[in-house]
Amino acid sequence: MTDLRERETADAVPGGVPGGIRSAGRAGRVGRSRRAGRTAAAWAWGLVGILALALLWEGYKFLAPADGVVIAGTRVLPRSTDLAMPHVWDMIARLAEPVTRSPSAQPLWLVVLLAALTTLGIAAAGWLVGVVVGIGLALVMQRWRIAEWGLLPWIVLSQTVPLIAFAPVVKSWGSRVEIGAFEWQDWMSVALIASYLAFFPIAVGALKGLQSPDRIHTELMQTYAAGYWQTLVKLRFPAAVPYLLPALRLGAANAVIGAVVAEVSTGLQGGIGRILIQFAGQASGDPAKAWGPIFGAIVLGLVAAGSVALLGAILKNYRRSEESA
Amino acid sequence: MTEATPTTPDSTAAVEVRGVDKVFETRTGQVHALDAIDLVIAPGEFISLIGPSGCGKSTLMRLIADLDEPTGGTLTVFGKTARQARLDQDYGIAFQQAGLLPWRTVAANVALPLELHGVGSAERRSRVEHLLDMVGLSDFADRYPDQLSGGMQQRVAIARALAEQPRLLLMDEPFGALDEMTREKMQTELVRISAETGAAVVFVTHSIPEAVFLSDRVVVMSPRPGRIQQVVPMRLGAEAERAARTEELREERAFFDMVTAVREALHGGSPVSSGPRGVETR
Ligand SMILES: Nc1ncnc2c1ncn2[C@@H]1O[C@H](COP(=O)(O)OP(=O)(O)OP(=O)(O)O)[C@@H](O)[C@H]1O
Ligand SMILES: [Mg+2]
Repeated sequence: MTDLRERETADAVPGGVPGGIRSAGRAGRVGRSRRAGRTAAAWAWGLVGILALALLWEGYKFLAPADGVVIAGTRVLPRSTDLAMPHVWDMIARLAEPVTRSPSAQPLWLVVLLAALTTLGIAAAGWLVGVVVGIGLALVMQRWRIAEWGLLPWIVLSQTVPLIAFAPVVKSWGSRVEIGAFEWQDWMSVALIASYLAFFPIAVGALKGLQSPDRIHTELMQTYAAGYWQTLVKLRFPAAVPYLLPALRLGAANAVIGAVVAEVSTGLQGGIGRILIQFAGQASGDPAKAWGPIFGAIVLGLVAAGSVALLGAILKNYRRSEESA
Repeated sequence: MTEATPTTPDSTAAVEVRGVDKVFETRTGQVHALDAIDLVIAPGEFISLIGPSGCGKSTLMRLIADLDEPTGGTLTVFGKTARQARLDQDYGIAFQQAGLLPWRTVAANVALPLELHGVGSAERRSRVEHLLDMVGLSDFADRYPDQLSGGMQQRVAIARALAEQPRLLLMDEPFGALDEMTREKMQTELVRISAETGAAVVFVTHSIPEAVFLSDRVVVMSPRPGRIQQVVPMRLGAEAERAARTEELREERAFFDMVTAVREALHGGSPVSSGPRGVETR
């Protein structure tokens, strides 16, 4: 309070050095460097976490008995053999080696990368459909109260139907779809399931965001005689950004999970879900190989969430609040 | 209760309120916010609404702005219905809170109404520059609202209200968040701006000296139900042109006489030593 008054006073003095400029500028710079420091710290903590995980893994391997710990016939701690838990360095080294013994085989990391990219593409398609459907539903629900009452319970209910379990059924339905030159592809079934998981958080987040403008702002638009679309573009969408970003990130994570699991259960070739299963089957002979696609899936999730975070960085001005800092 | 209407016959009133009632239906019953309000505001006239908290000042302003509809009576703005006047953008408004859009810079906030009404970008830029200069925030054009103090935000909101050079300016306690020095500076500015643009102003305040300094007439209201208790004409306006109202005026004898007159009106006509609750006498 005193600070505010001081700044105001300095400002009001005619011809005086506007103290506000300097202090606000300094605040801005401090804010920026503090933000940069925070991202650096986040990266450092991420690295520390990975290292700690690797250490824990190797430590357990070193200390635990080979057959794990069995109490009353149940294994409460896993086996620590190289077969069950390959060394971290073996898993990494395996990535550089060829997938199979055939001379034309590509290295494991490349196979995993290509499969991950395929899955990423399918998940992205599913995510985009989820975004369009989710935001579309939110717009309808925001515009008409009655639509919110009618639709929202069904949207919530839709998520209790485990569509993943029906993935093969979805695939067989899809295979019967043929409209003119358009023919349903198997990957579309996977993308559809991914979108089914992605649209939910987006619809809920977007609705909350579109409803978030304060009365003072909606009334301001009213005094400007602004119509529905102008209010939407100038007020509701920008105000929805802080709610939309986490929803989009959650949607992206859901789309990746949906895509991988749907690939497994529909048996779609080319994606990471397929090689996950395939290499796991070969684990008895080549235990480190099965870990390649697992790492690939983890990186896939991070890339998906990271891309949305990038979107957040571009839209950072929409995440400001009205209060003075 | 009788009102002096300084309307010249050839000009339509900026605001004409005739027997307006406003009743809010609430769960706990009816709230009689306004009762039989009669008020005529001439073009270019500066009117202040003053009265204890809850007497319906904001409600009356919202009716003029067509953000609410009267329960009874008629209300016209420049001879049109309040709705038509809103659609025609005949007024600019500043609320008690600044209400800036946090994702827009200061300049973009001021430009918002111009943008919505299709003013070209070159003209927009020059108009915003002029407005920010007027409220003394030229150096802050590219800042965001969260980087400003409350008082600075309020000045941006005032610049925004003036953006389309409205013939009527509605202001609901716009200086409430300002410190005394900025407040007095903004008061002087507002007198200058309203004289320059010839805009009629409806100004809600809790401060008697502020009302006296700014207004041609001070409308004193009483609560439950909200009524106009008295309309006190300010002789300050008659003696001098409004543009000539300067800081010296605050020190004049007449100024203190008017402050006393308004204070007595607030208290129902009897001479009093202290102002009623809810009204600052500073
Ligand atoms: N939307 C509403 N619903 C119900 N009652 C309302 C509503 N708006 C205002 N009121 C009531 O109308 C009366 C007048 O309110 P108003 O906001 O106009 O007072 P005010 O004179 O502006 O007070 P203040 O000086 O505190 O701002 C109050 O009793 C208030 O409770
Ligand atoms: Mg009020």
